[in-house]
Amino acid sequence: MRDIAIVSFVQSDCVRDAGARNEVELIMPVVRKVLDNVGLESAQNVDFTCSGSCDYLQGAAFAFVLGVDALGAVPPIKESHVEMDAAWALYEAVLKIQSGQAESALLYGFGKSSPGELPIVLSQQLDPYYLAPLWLDTVSSAALQARAMLDSGEITEREMAEVVARSRKNAKSNPHAQLKGDVSADELLNEPTYLSPLRKHDCCPVSDGACAMVIATVEQAKKWGKPYAVLKGIDHRIESAHFGARDLTKSPSTEAAAKAAGVANGPVDIAEIYAPFSHQEIILKKALGLGDDTVINPSGGVLAGNLMMASGLSRIGEVAMRIINGECKRGVAHATSGHALQQNLVAVLEGA
Amino acid sequence: MAELAAVVGIGQTKYQTKHKDVSIAGLVRDAAFKALQDAELTWDDIDAVIVGKAPDMFEGMVMPELYLTDALGCNGKPMLRVHTAGSVGGSTAIVAASYVQSGMFKRILTVTYEKQSESNAMWALSNAQPFSPHLNAGAGGFFAPIIREYMRRTKASPEAGIKVAVKDRLHGARNPLAHLQLPNITMKEVEESPMLWEPLRFLESCPSSDGACALVISNEELAKQSPKKPAWIRGTAMRSEPTMYAGREEVSPRAGIDCAKDVYAQAGVTNPRKDFDCAEVYVPFSWYEPMWLENLGFAEKGEGWKMTLEGATSLDDNGDIPWNCSGGVLSSNPIGASGMIRFAEAARQVRGDAGDHQVDGAKLALGHAYGGGAQFFAMWVVGSEKA
Repeated sequence: MRDIAIVSFVQSDCVRDAGARNEVELIMPVVRKVLDNVGLESAQNVDFTCSGSCDYLQGAAFAFVLGVDALGAVPPIKESHVEMDAAWALYEAVLKIQSGQAESALLYGFGKSSPGELPIVLSQQLDPYYLAPLWLDTVSSAALQARAMLDSGEITEREMAEVVARSRKNAKSNPHAQLKGDVSADELLNEPTYLSPLRKHDCCPVSDGACAMVIATVEQAKKWGKPYAVLKGIDHRIESAHFGARDLTKSPSTEAAAKAAGVANGPVDIAEIYAPFSHQEIILKKALGLGDDTVINPSGGVLAGNLMMASGLSRIGEVAMRIINGECKRGVAHATSGHALQQNLVAVLEGA
Repeated sequence: MAELAAVVGIGQTKYQTKHKDVSIAGLVRDAAFKALQDAELTWDDIDAVIVGKAPDMFEGMVMPELYLTDALGCNGKPMLRVHTAGSVGGSTAIVAASYVQSGMFKRILTVTYEKQSESNAMWALSNAQPFSPHLNAGAGGFFAPIIREYMRRTKASPEAGIKVAVKDRLHGARNPLAHLQLPNITMKEVEESPMLWEPLRFLESCPSSDGACALVISNEELAKQSPKKPAWIRGTAMRSEPTMYAGREEVSPRAGIDCAKDVYAQAGVTNPRKDFDCAEVYVPFSWYEPMWLENLGFAEKGEGWKMTLEGATSLDDNGDIPWNCSGGVLSSNPIGASGMIRFAEAARQVRGDAGDHQVDGAKLALGHAYGGGAQFFAMWVVGSEKA
């Protein structure tokens, strides 16, 4: 794979309810800022634009169509959309650049989850004939997974609480985080269970917001004269949708993606892992082959704020910005989709 | 530079109102399996799967590709889901081609589908959004005023729309997979069918179909080893513009004009009517044939309807540039797949594998799809030769 430069990344605050602001109003500020950071006037100044979103969050077919309004796509632009987290929009753009059809791309993801009941909306991702009619929501499937982890002896409830305590602490330095603060594992363990064995704090919050990124070939980034991080590898894999066909305590799709993306080709200073539930961070850390010398989720991760359809791209952006700012040299970012970590994407980033 | 890519396998289900014989998973697997059979391959020969479909609400499932993993033999592989409104079938084929063109994948499977009988697409399109004009009663209600403006500007004969409705159904009668089988349809029958959205009559509108379409796309090396003739992808292009803005030309959108120019330049097409042997163009309502003839540069401005009436686009009239030999969207419309069917049927023509709707000796063909408020465009050019 040819090196790709991540030049600019912007994320909105994670807020529980964006109120009267619609999706276009969520997207416009981050798109404006991400272009300004590169010195670009509009989406016409990049070769390709791709976004990630989910119609069901808004409750309207073709809801993403209005997203094009946020770009000022007059004259027309080369544009595409994935009904996935925007991390996969980045993947589509990487293919375009690898094939020589584009030198630069604008990516964005957005989600306004507040109007609906997100876990229940996502229950409709399951088999429509057998499982979706039971309204098995994403918290319930995660609880099944956490129970399997505890029963297998892979983790303890204390380790889950420690993941949350670290997330809240790290989020204190993240101005966009929704949940932050100093709280001990002991205090967390005193909280009642919500969906056993999960406590409320083991689950990511529901957030509204958006993020955007500009990438380019290294040559184009140099022409722009802006600092950048280098995307060295990116890969994603999916597993069966049937819980019974999977070992929920492991993430073989993450393992395969990490191998293909080249995670083990050097030391990993930081990792931003998309773990919407505390126990999943432990599964993913292992699947990614990360040791204790890697700082996990310095931003607080999605337990501190989860922008559906944007959090995956945000993980990559978080790592990129820390590399650009000189905080670290090499990092790994991860994105997930579906119930109980069904689909996973892994990206490896390095300094220029 | 981009690796060469070619279509080496094509699979389609029969298109019909209700596929009660299969689940959604069964429907996509049917098309995918037929594409693998056409390429004489197995599931293990596929490096990645790219799924496309129109809005999730059409079946009432959120991100259904997650559930389709098993059915598409994708466990452990990369899966991507494209959604770009009605153009999605075309966009998905283009994204799938980029997997191979990037050099990162050797051979991929791409599948698009719609199972409209699981829900109701017209009403899924009709829920109101805050601060947005209400799209009343489906797509026909949206496009009818634009068609009336085309007729006003060009002083088109009202017969042109009726002619397209007859022509595409006669084409469809040659294609055993087509949903509507109306070999005896007449101009009078179309004219007397109920008016739905002035000037669009019932028989001038596309049906609601269940169906899926799949392609196997491989790189040059593997395409050369393929048992059947490959369709070489000679150009791909996409363009988007907002649904509305001051001064927007809705009859002949600039995004369509720009997209065509781009893909023609890649394929070395300078005179589309002469250079192409046939075209598969997204015509869900009859009048969109003359409108797209002009937008895509096959006819001069204001002349598209005359070309249609003269029979230039008809196989049965021995037209010089047949459009939608498969019967087009007017004969089969599983929405999410409809764009890919255009792309697949263009490929069938240049592979010389289009059965009774084959254009003799077709060497170069255009596949076209559009969506949203005629604002998203996807096109590809396929040829029997690499260049």
